[in-house]
Amino acid sequence: MDLFLQQTVNAISLGGTYALLALGLAVVFSIMGLINFAHGELMTIAGYVLMYCGLAGIPFAFAIPLAIGAAMIAAMLMELIAFRPVRNASGATMLVTSFAVAMILQVLFQNFIAARSQPVLLPGVLSESLSVFGLVIGVNKMAAIVATVVMLIFLDRFMAKQKYGIAMRAAAEDFAIARLMGIRANTVIAGAFALSGLLAGVAAVLWVSQRASVDPLMGFTPVLKAFIAAILGGLGSLRGAVAGGFLLGFIEIYLAAFLPHELQEFRDPIGLSLVVLVLLMRPNGLLPSAVLKAEKV
Amino acid sequence: MTQPLLSVSSLSVAYGPVDAVRAIDLQVFEGEIVTLLGANGAGKSSTLNALVGLVPVASGSIHLEGKDITNQAPESLAASGLTLSPEGRRVFGALTVAENLQMGAFSIADKGAVSAAWDRVYELFPILKERRHQFAGTLSGGQQQMLAVGRALMSNPKLLLLDEPSLGLAPIIIEQIFELIGQLRDQGVTLVVVEQNVAMALDVADRGYVMAGGQIVASGAAQELEQTSNLQDAYLGGH
Repeated sequence: MDLFLQQTVNAISLGGTYALLALGLAVVFSIMGLINFAHGELMTIAGYVLMYCGLAGIPFAFAIPLAIGAAMIAAMLMELIAFRPVRNASGATMLVTSFAVAMILQVLFQNFIAARSQPVLLPGVLSESLSVFGLVIGVNKMAAIVATVVMLIFLDRFMAKQKYGIAMRAAAEDFAIARLMGIRANTVIAGAFALSGLLAGVAAVLWVSQRASVDPLMGFTPVLKAFIAAILGGLGSLRGAVAGGFLLGFIEIYLAAFLPHELQEFRDPIGLSLVVLVLLMRPNGLLPSAVLKAEKV
Repeated sequence: MTQPLLSVSSLSVAYGPVDAVRAIDLQVFEGEIVTLLGANGAGKSSTLNALVGLVPVASGSIHLEGKDITNQAPESLAASGLTLSPEGRRVFGALTVAENLQMGAFSIADKGAVSAAWDRVYELFPILKERRHQFAGTLSGGQQQMLAVGRALMSNPKLLLLDEPSLGLAPIIIEQIFELIGQLRDQGVTLVVVEQNVAMALDVADRGYVMAGGQIVASGAAQELEQTSNLQDAYLGGH
């Protein structure tokens, strides 16, 4: 039972990070129909900022906002430079553009920073553990859970109460009519990218806190997982992205913990089979976006 | 003669090689209701969409209060006093009624003007006030139409374009909608109404234009158009 609870904490921690990343993908997708595979590179950028801050002796507490801010600025620049020119192009064109952005950034990281993995200096407290109700929980895992909860509450409040949050939901549903109301397309899209950068930045801090290193391809795997999570939850649906992220986190952690030793090699295929199984039963995802479903009718 | 509120000259709209609107001229003066009639595909909606910048103008010009607004981005028009209640209502179904209305007032910075707009819309449509916390997608068709009009009114438009406000609604609701159009005129809103319901549109309108094949084929005072007995047969595909 203890092991199960212990692994549940791990699952919430990992699932939360996936949820933040999937949310970042979903926010942009819901507004402009772009699946941004360069989302992972936003994480990598934030990771490098943490690394350089460590080298420069900037305390971690100050490095966090710098890293998150860098991811937000990078996201908005990405939109301005790469995605604005193809804004009205087909989804496939935008998807390929995002791959190009991701690859260009990866090559830049390899050539101008380092091809190999670089250590990131973390405060010692992150690798300590706390004892909570008899469970031993790593401070980094606790921090991940707390940060995820804070971010989810913040995003939910922003989307529900703020004028620009409501405008984003309106634009996600009917962009042309939203513009007619005076909601500026450029502002809403830039805002969506800023939010996705914020989420990627927070996810990067959590990701790096578990691994203490950063490499040029760091963002690839988590963003692929986030993409699976977003599909699992229902592409374009924000609540779906969160649900999908957590579900994927639970699947991965429980399989790693409880799958018999001989089957561990097949952990990923088994995990993805479970994802396919869920999608077979719910083809539009766990919590599909009302807008997308309506289009399919 | 006074300057028209809206002046359109030789406006053309094209979708690729297809001409939807061919060099039409029309004027709308302050305080009047102008109806745009015609069969499906005559170019009425394309005209309205071009006026608000939702489809590009191929040639010609549009002036609002003497200011050139040809091909202006749609997001800047609400602040200039021009807005559209679109065909098919297109309310934001996943937003509440109140949120829809709030979005209608998005471009209005003056808080006093916004709160006056709330009062006015809730007074015109008490049902919207009652249902303000409900998702717009759960409203009936007639209520959604009221919400679409109310949302457009939230920007305090000088000129309100209504695209097919009676589409798909029950006769009793249609009567209410046309009653509302008269009420809005009394409040000083200038309206352009696109309709397939010719009789009711001419009944409420001051003037009308009849479109066919992307061109204006008849225009005049509503009563004159009403008396043109062959209007139905000639342009609207009637029997």
